[in-house]
Amino acid sequence: MAKFNMHMLVCGGTGCRASASNMLYENLKKELKEQGLQDEVQVVETGCFGFCEKGPIVKVIPDNTFYVSVTPEDAKEIVAEHAVKGRQVKRLLYVDPVNKKQISDSKGMGFYKKQIRIALRNCGLIDPESIDEYLASDGYEALGKVLAEMTPEEAIQVMIDSGLRGRGGGGFPTGVKWQIASKVDGTQKYVVCNADEGDPGAFMDRSILEGDPHTVIEAMVINGYCIGATKGLIYIRAEYPLAIERLKIALEQAREYGLLGTDILSSGFDFDIEIRYGAGAFVCGEETALIHSMEGERGEPTFKPPFPAQSGYLGMPTNVNNVETFANIPVIYNKGAKWFSSIGTEKSKGTKVFALAGKINNVGLIEVPMGITLREVIFEIGGGIKDGKKFRSVQTGGPSGGCLTEKHLDTPIDFDNLLAVGSMMGSGGMIVMDEDDCMVSVAKFYLEFTVEESCGKCSPCRVGNKRLHELLEKITQGKAEKEDLDNLRNLSMVIRDTSLCGLGQTSPNPVLSTMDNFMEEYQSHVEEQRCPAGSCKELIRYEIIPENCVGCTACARNCPVNCIEGERKQLHTIDQSLCIKCGACLEKCKFNAVAIV
Amino acid sequence: MTKIKSLADLKKKKEDLQSKIALREKSDTPEGRVIVKVAMATCGIASGSKEVMEYMVDELDKRNIDAIVTQTGCMGYCYAEPTLEVNLPGHDPVVYGYVDKKKADEIIEKYIKNQELVDGIIPVNYQTIEKDKEE
Repeated sequence: MAKFNMHMLVCGGTGCRASASNMLYENLKKELKEQGLQDEVQVVETGCFGFCEKGPIVKVIPDNTFYVSVTPEDAKEIVAEHAVKGRQVKRLLYVDPVNKKQISDSKGMGFYKKQIRIALRNCGLIDPESIDEYLASDGYEALGKVLAEMTPEEAIQVMIDSGLRGRGGGGFPTGVKWQIASKVDGTQKYVVCNADEGDPGAFMDRSILEGDPHTVIEAMVINGYCIGATKGLIYIRAEYPLAIERLKIALEQAREYGLLGTDILSSGFDFDIEIRYGAGAFVCGEETALIHSMEGERGEPTFKPPFPAQSGYLGMPTNVNNVETFANIPVIYNKGAKWFSSIGTEKSKGTKVFALAGKINNVGLIEVPMGITLREVIFEIGGGIKDGKKFRSVQTGGPSGGCLTEKHLDTPIDFDNLLAVGSMMGSGGMIVMDEDDCMVSVAKFYLEFTVEESCGKCSPCRVGNKRLHELLEKITQGKAEKEDLDNLRNLSMVIRDTSLCGLGQTSPNPVLSTMDNFMEEYQSHVEEQRCPAGSCKELIRYEIIPENCVGCTACARNCPVNCIEGERKQLHTIDQSLCIKCGACLEKCKFNAVAIV
Repeated sequence: MTKIKSLADLKKKKEDLQSKIALREKSDTPEGRVIVKVAMATCGIASGSKEVMEYMVDELDKRNIDAIVTQTGCMGYCYAEPTLEVNLPGHDPVVYGYVDKKKADEIIEKYIKNQELVDGIIPVNYQTIEKDKEE
């Protein structure tokens, strides 16, 4: 039986594989065998290290040596030096970009600092259905501290000093919000948790509620103590059944331990939480609409002021915060405002959770410090673009955000920078697009969503977005005139300036930002009736290239509408009048004989 | 269940729980047990983590391995679901991705029984915070 005393972890992520990490893996095994070490040193293939820029990566344990940019030819030297003689191969060590020193132990490497888990600190580590595991991870200690040692004013001051800003999208300073709510008088005040996560592609709130429900409960009790509220409400969409189930279990456990209910931790403070269900309307993420929905009214926004802090749920002072905002709060009290504000940029403190999706290798949930660049997120943590394609654009902020391009890749991500370049932080969806994505169609997709989700109360949003969508439809069909582009921009401005709530005010952002960054693409649709990405069905044709066609009939056999003619070993032709442009022929052809023109 | 009545109570409770967990996770002695945590958020369950968890519970039992299988939340590696973490007494936790029944079997036979790593490890690429320390 082999008893390994050394392991070589070879990155098998897509990025590293593209630079021959699988050959490296084989070579290491071969070299070890030649040295007779196959029973002492084990070679293991791993997932992505999130450091693709310097791939392929080899990590040797137990000594934590971290080799970068390793080629298959380096296997011999690694085995001869490191495995046999126990000496690191210095030339392959990672060099710290700041102090130019080689790093021999990966525990001190800066790249681990690219992700810091604060809001997600317990997700994937503790059992979400066990309050004991949460308690063992310092759970409810912040609450204990606040109740025993701080006045509400002092506790609010901690929030203000921390610089935490609302993670739901708006970025309003949380401490200031609490302070306003604390100063308004009311017979009954409320704390509301906004768990109506609606951006397409965003799922961080769901993950937090499913992975660490107690953190939200703890923060809500602290919030209640600070503003003088004794009731809390969690507004969650009914389509999150697992999150709801775990929340219910967590609430029950907190009550059993006396962490919810009357006289919490003998402080004389009472607080309890109820769950309210939403039916999944996007507009109900807007706080006034959310409150109306909880009151049993139609989920429609109303004009602010009055703000919920003055007149919210049932006309009472109400403080609304998002799930991720709450998830940060217990840590801030445990570790101090100063610690929290040391992370991030000047005006945006702490971290942000992003849901990485789209044409990216490492689709997933990440938590990064504010100020990290889009390039680091997409090409390092995200592992780069799928199938080695070219990066085109990244969409942040969901239907309210914008599409950013190559030139924004080095912009540090924070609330203000993203706004300045025409997008927004939003709730943290980040959708990456490659060269095959048509930016006009992307804008159309988001508009479709807004048209569906507009509550219909104000006309700029109800009618304007519909018209905007029609204009985009015309463009993608190649039927638009030149002045349609001006109309598109003008109408967008009107909707932005005159809509009642945030949904309408931000709905033209995907259009405006794609027009700003990809104008030439709009122009080719309008002036040449051409879709450069080859994705707008009305503007493309599939054709067979006679020189390449060998007459294998693969395309004809796979065509769902039988529009391809041609005998075996004869040139095939596509009947354009029947073709539905599904692309099956292109996918099946092994001879590059089908092309989009 | 008894109620927690003060901050001192809370701290004591935490210490008790932590020492229990430490005994379970860190000790190299026979009472140290194998712990398998399966990521069971919506994303994981959709990719089959429930079946993997059931398989782990049944198989570890059948093969007479004294282990605790628990569920946890999303680890963030959606591209590699189902994911699970194995804690062997005296070892750092290891996360495995793309775990189906076949992989689960390999993990039990090679890693849990013989401490031999298996392909498909997901390296930790983030910093954790030392939770209760004020800095």
